[in-house]
Amino acid sequence: MDVSSAFTAALSLIFNLDPQFLQVVGLSLRVTLSALLLAAVIGLPLGALLAVARFRGRSMLIVLVNGLMGLPPVVAGLIVFLLLSRSGPLGYLGWLFSPAAMILAQTLLVLPIVIALTRSAVEELWREYREHLTSLGLTGRRAIPTLLWDGRFVLATGLLAGFGRASAEVGAVLIVGGNIAGYTRTMTTSIALETSKGDLPLALGLGIVLIALTIAINAAAFGASRVGARFAA
Amino acid sequence: MRDVTSILPLVVKGLSFAADGRLLLDDVSFRLPKGGVTVIIGPNGAGKSLTLRLCHGLLGPSGGSVQWQGESSRRRHAMVFQRPVMLRRSARGNITHALGAVGLADASDRADSALARFGLAALADRPARLMSGGEQQRLAIARAWALEPEMLFLDEPSSQLDPGATRQIEEMVASLAAEGMTILMTTHDLGQARRLGQRILFLNRGKLIEDSPSEAFFAGAASPEARAFIAGDLLW
Repeated sequence: MDVSSAFTAALSLIFNLDPQFLQVVGLSLRVTLSALLLAAVIGLPLGALLAVARFRGRSMLIVLVNGLMGLPPVVAGLIVFLLLSRSGPLGYLGWLFSPAAMILAQTLLVLPIVIALTRSAVEELWREYREHLTSLGLTGRRAIPTLLWDGRFVLATGLLAGFGRASAEVGAVLIVGGNIAGYTRTMTTSIALETSKGDLPLALGLGIVLIALTIAINAAAFGASRVGARFAA
Repeated sequence: MRDVTSILPLVVKGLSFAADGRLLLDDVSFRLPKGGVTVIIGPNGAGKSLTLRLCHGLLGPSGGSVQWQGESSRRRHAMVFQRPVMLRRSARGNITHALGAVGLADASDRADSALARFGLAALADRPARLMSGGEQQRLAIARAWALEPEMLFLDEPSSQLDPGATRQIEEMVASLAAEGMTILMTTHDLGQARRLGQRILFLNRGKLIEDSPSEAFFAGAASPEARAFIAGDLLW
């Protein structure tokens, strides 16, 4: 196998607009972006709350969340698998081996990253804003909307980190999705499959597309935050 | 002022504040009637900023009390800090945010009139954090003024500014006082205290040493500490 055949495979994948390939890319993006959206909706307010609230066990909770940033994807997959299996507590949903299960597993992976990075960014902002916001009567959770809005450009970086984690992982989606062709097959599970089948050019081609997509999305987010960051000087 | 009843006089009784076992403010009492500029002076660590924060309610006292008169649905005293806290928004956005926070209607119109009042209209859409130090402090005062406070606390409002910006701040403070706003401010600039203050509270090591009209204070302070402070001696 040589590198040029990998690039040829990558280019033919892209320019032939192979419907199967497009389906795989589409599902990958759908799962990852849905998980990111869910994690943002849950994680941004929770992270901000953790930054401004003072309660017993707060430090322990922060350590726990920080630690969960390194949760192994296969373990997250296993947890969701157990939850969704026939005899599991959420088995009645019938989600196992479906995109919904994959979204759930990736949300579990991204959530600690979003919470931890939001907590640290908002805490720093809170230190700076506290007296002014307190003077305006915005204390505790009433301060959260202001802090999230003013921290939006830093928080976008945290979301990008979450996106990177979700788009790159294979273990969780493989366990709960099952890598079913045309239904739950993503770019990462395809790469794992093609590698084990020995079709290395195709695997590498898919890898190149995955990297290119990740860079493109990061570039777009970076550009957007640069435009807005003049307000966050 | 729209509310009929006044929150003044402000009555401070036996105010004390301790942190980490150290008494930083010790039994301070004074009464602040409506109107005029009162300046708190004293060496570093005397408790000047602390007194303002306790009066404004940013901190709770360890002992004693801060009493406002009447009842009001919202806080009718505002505070401007030594280092202005600028939100990551435009100049106008900073004011509309504050108005929204305290629930004042017509935020946009009020913000525009506050900007115009203090000569900041041309900077309305500038990101606040990219403005100069003097512009930021003027914006902080405009933002506080927009809240229609009856009383304004200013904590060393010009200590980080050059002479030109300092003069602008002093003019703003003087014009607010002339319109009837009650002002309690701290400074370490004796010239500023003399120029702006009608009444001087001299603090040293957490104690209120002297409370006199400005002229009398600078003509001949009663306490040796205050005389030494005016003369520029270090106080320990």
